[in-house]
Amino acid sequence: MISNLAFTTPLLLAALVALPILWWLLRAVPPAPIKRRFPGIALLLGLKDDESQTDTTPWWLLLLRMLAVAGLIIGFAGPILNPEDRQPGNGPLLIAMDASWASARDWPARMGRVENVLAEAARDGRPAAIFKLSSPDADALNFTSAGALSTELAGLTPDAWTAPNDIAEQLTTLTEEADFDTIWFSDGLDHPARADVAQLFESKGNLTVIESGRPAYALRPARFEGSDVAVTALRATADGARELTLSAKGPDPNGVEQELARATAEFAAGETEAEVILNLPTELRNRVRRFEVSGTRSAGAVTLTDDALKRREVGLLAADDGQEAQDLLSPLYYLRRALVPTADLIDGALADMLLASPDVLIMADIATLSEDETGALTDWVDEGGLLVRFAGPRTAAADIDTNDPLLPVRLRAGGRSVGGAMSWGEPKDLRAFTRDSPFFGLAVPEDVSVTSQVVAQPDPDLAERTIASLTDGTPLVTRKALGDGQIVLFHVTANAEWSTLPLSGLFVQMLERLAISTRPAEISATELEGTTWQPEDILDAFGRVRSAEALPGVAGETLADRTFGPNLRPGLYSNEERRVALNVIAPEQTLAASVWPDTVSVEGMVTAKETPLAGLLLSLGLALLLADILASLWLAGRLSFKKPAAIAVACLALALPQTADAQSEDERALEATAEVVLAYVKTGDRRLDRISREGLQGLSYSLFRRTSVEPAAPIEIDLETDELSFYPLIYWPVTDSQPTPSSAAYAKLNRYLRTGGMIVFDTRDGNIGGFGSSTPMGRKLQALARPLDIPALEQVPSDHVLTRAFYLLQDFPGRHANRSVWVEAAPADAEQVDGIPFRNLNDGVTPVLIGGNDWASAWARDETGRPLYPVGRGTGSGGRQREMAVRFGVNLVMHVLTGNYKSDQVHVPALLDRLGN
Amino acid sequence: MNQDPAINPAGLRHRAEAHASAFPALLAEAEHLAATVLLGDHGRRRAGMGDEFWQYRPAENGDPQRTIDWRRSARGDEQFVRQREWQAAQSVMFWVDDALSMTFTGGDDRPTKGHRARVLALALCVLLNRGGERFGLANRGTPPRRGEAQLTRIAGHLMAPAGESDYGTPNARVLPSGSRAVFISDFFGPQEPVTDALTRATDHGVKGTLIQILDPDEEAFPYDGRTVFETMSGATRFETLKAGSLKEAYLHRLAKRKAALQDLCRATGWRYLCHHTDTGALKALMWAYRALDHAQ
Repeated sequence: MISNLAFTTPLLLAALVALPILWWLLRAVPPAPIKRRFPGIALLLGLKDDESQTDTTPWWLLLLRMLAVAGLIIGFAGPILNPEDRQPGNGPLLIAMDASWASARDWPARMGRVENVLAEAARDGRPAAIFKLSSPDADALNFTSAGALSTELAGLTPDAWTAPNDIAEQLTTLTEEADFDTIWFSDGLDHPARADVAQLFESKGNLTVIESGRPAYALRPARFEGSDVAVTALRATADGARELTLSAKGPDPNGVEQELARATAEFAAGETEAEVILNLPTELRNRVRRFEVSGTRSAGAVTLTDDALKRREVGLLAADDGQEAQDLLSPLYYLRRALVPTADLIDGALADMLLASPDVLIMADIATLSEDETGALTDWVDEGGLLVRFAGPRTAAADIDTNDPLLPVRLRAGGRSVGGAMSWGEPKDLRAFTRDSPFFGLAVPEDVSVTSQVVAQPDPDLAERTIASLTDGTPLVTRKALGDGQIVLFHVTANAEWSTLPLSGLFVQMLERLAISTRPAEISATELEGTTWQPEDILDAFGRVRSAEALPGVAGETLADRTFGPNLRPGLYSNEERRVALNVIAPEQTLAASVWPDTVSVEGMVTAKETPLAGLLLSLGLALLLADILASLWLAGRLSFKKPAAIAVACLALALPQTADAQSEDERALEATAEVVLAYVKTGDRRLDRISREGLQGLSYSLFRRTSVEPAAPIEIDLETDELSFYPLIYWPVTDSQPTPSSAAYAKLNRYLRTGGMIVFDTRDGNIGGFGSSTPMGRKLQALARPLDIPALEQVPSDHVLTRAFYLLQDFPGRHANRSVWVEAAPADAEQVDGIPFRNLNDGVTPVLIGGNDWASAWARDETGRPLYPVGRGTGSGGRQREMAVRFGVNLVMHVLTGNYKSDQVHVPALLDRLGN
Repeated sequence: MNQDPAINPAGLRHRAEAHASAFPALLAEAEHLAATVLLGDHGRRRAGMGDEFWQYRPAENGDPQRTIDWRRSARGDEQFVRQREWQAAQSVMFWVDDALSMTFTGGDDRPTKGHRARVLALALCVLLNRGGERFGLANRGTPPRRGEAQLTRIAGHLMAPAGESDYGTPNARVLPSGSRAVFISDFFGPQEPVTDALTRATDHGVKGTLIQILDPDEEAFPYDGRTVFETMSGATRFETLKAGSLKEAYLHRLAKRKAALQDLCRATGWRYLCHHTDTGALKALMWAYRALDHAQ
């Protein structure tokens, strides 16, 4: 510690010698007495002081003063912790960055350090280059001026993958000629090529490695452990015991993403793995989209889930033959065996099962259904259900309605038998699956043969509905889409009576491909061969999930290879009904800390920071002096105990939890309903909330002065707890940091909107972007408003009642004068009446008004009515803009309170006319 | 421009105006205070000289004939004499301590002792005036009179600048014999003049009331630390290193001083009240008025 301390002006420290003199001086001078006029002195005369009282300063006060003075002297001497005494280097400087997902955990710190390094290089006049090992790029090795480089730092982001395995070779070719010093920002994880790269850099010049001391955590993909979900957390360094909080995130029933479950992973000391077993209800588990380590921003600490973690609810239905059949003959036996490990099965009557809304319904050899049942089933399939039917003797025997909507194809009565004792020919084999079949890629075992089947009528669309057929071309499995769902018919029985298909492994794979059952484990490379997978969501290095948008599809082979890079990003990939999550961490992967050869100097991320201590010591000295003042006052008896008591009470009151929150609902309701009250949504951003309050206060003030609306002080509302229906208007400033309301709050908001309330959304970014998703606020607004029941919107038309509710206005400026302000769209049949400048528009108040003009700032006024925030330029045009903003506010409140009253004015001539006659 | 504001004409005028404006305020305050006391008949409840009818009584031997009320006597065979209520006016002399010690107040929320003393005295005067008594101010030797003019005069005298001395001594020489007296002071000064004045007054048949006015700070002595105490004029100083340790002794002496005053009053037949400036003046006023009434 001491060795890390230096002084800018060490000579000043000599003043410390004077301290003992100061001690002696101070000791001789007692605290000055207070003079008091006091008539009662007549009674005091002649009294003697206690003997023990000394007239010198008490030692502790002296010590306090000495410390204060010593602090000041040392402070002025300019102490600096960790002084930098670097030798200025020369020659080009390469900043190599691992820039992998593991670097993302402390990326800002890394960037800060890079900035320092670049600044130093700029001082020394060294050219520099920044090279990301995760995405090697020849252009990045062009050494340029360090100053120019530091302007590009903001665009430097880590990648969600690590450096390619052949990075050493790539670097060797890229840097054949050059000589340079290297500063390597390592992510702290081991990499196969690390030693080679280090050797390469050392051969070029000095190598300094900078590594963060922050532990790296990662999650392996979640998997099933019996009926529970197991997630394994990893860490690179096996040090002491440590707890990590894992959370499972996914949409709640309203579609708002939330934390669904939370668990703690406990690393034992010396262990690098910790397993967490989560026991989640099926319904909840199917909604989990990803697991993540709370508080860590890194792609490795996030693991996406895919089909492997889903279990479908499958309803099984077989014809009740009324006789004790043997198990092996039961039409559902093989289905059950195939599905039990991977799906949740339900049994029961058809109507009961439909109530449970299963994902899949399998009917084995059920030929006829009642009309009601058919209707219910059709509705269910229409809404996305998957109906799988197996044929059988009943289906073959039944006089099947030629237009049964619950069969993918029309069936010929009777079916056929091949290869039996009484028939010609051999049992038929399966033909290889065609490309457009969902079974494409599954190997057809030799021993699957079909002896009986039902046969489809040769309709024109038979070929396109066939997804598996026999060698002679007869359809074996047909499929038809119906609404959002589909119907699949196996033309054989579900038991081994008609074919050996249910006995083969192919049967299970087919069920899985149809997304009836789910894949038990990792998808195999052979399965992936020849398929194309479309990325749906991708993970960035910070572990944020982004929509893949326009990323191209990826071949199955690439997917199997798992070599991440710009062409294969970690994320969720889909192929038809199946989804595969490609996580940064593979199922069996482990983390290991990087090991450096002794020749390489490794620095920490933060320790070397130069910290001037002068300010700290000076303020310490000052604080001590203040304490000295208080102590002296106390000693001298000048510290009155009445006022400090009040101050202490005030401090206590401040320290106490806000008891105002405990204000009862009734009181609040009274407050809100006794007068017209404008309300704003509490965003949690204190400054913004203050602006909202001041803005509505200013608007209330203007309303009070200009109109007969006399609002009381605005109220802050918490969407989660407060009742909304009391407020005619709610102002909702959008910030990207505010929490998304819960589903209960959304229900309340929707009720509020439906019953005539109005929400003014203000994205406050009208100066930088129009309405839409082009700004962070706009995106946040979209996220916030998605669950809201908002009608179709349009830009405020020129004849909207807002333009004339009180003032005549053309546009609606706030602090920004963006013209795009959106309200509920007028009905399509609104038409213009002759002689009246306005259309005859709809009743009611627009439930939302959306804009980005930061109205609250323009409305804001202090208690004396003076504007608080600048608007526009100067008092001329700016004042006018503010006035327009206030007028807009007045119109807005008038519109909310009077509805379409002004719109109704168009009828006045007609009414007068009628009265006259 | 480092003229002393006391002799600078502007300063003088300023102070004069301040006093002049305070004078009616004092009177008004006193009137206000007095108005809260609702007086009943202030008669003497016995026959004597006066204007008010008191009673008829049968004429006795020795009653002059002209005292017989013929109108009443004509109703019967007996003669009646009409008696009037005795309404002898009393003289009440006030001595209000105007020494510097009375200008003390321990806090901004309460008046100085002197102000409270003046208000009390003047309010008593207002009450006495209403009761038809005569009153005077012993400080200035104002003879006892009655009427609004006397009130104004006394108010003027009370508003005169404070004396030069630190502690006041009561003036008993100007008390007419047989009159009543009210001494208002903090009685922090030497004890002997008070004893002297009281015994002398009692010798002259003067009975009355001592009102000791104290500031709460003087009762509680809330001081601590190294302190130099000074009298209001600064003439006497007393230094202590730890004022807090003197509290006991001070309070003991104060109690002793109060007891001495009470003893003195008991011996001379006077009445004693200790009044604090942080309590309302009305209570003290009521007490003093009753005390005057009962001293008859």
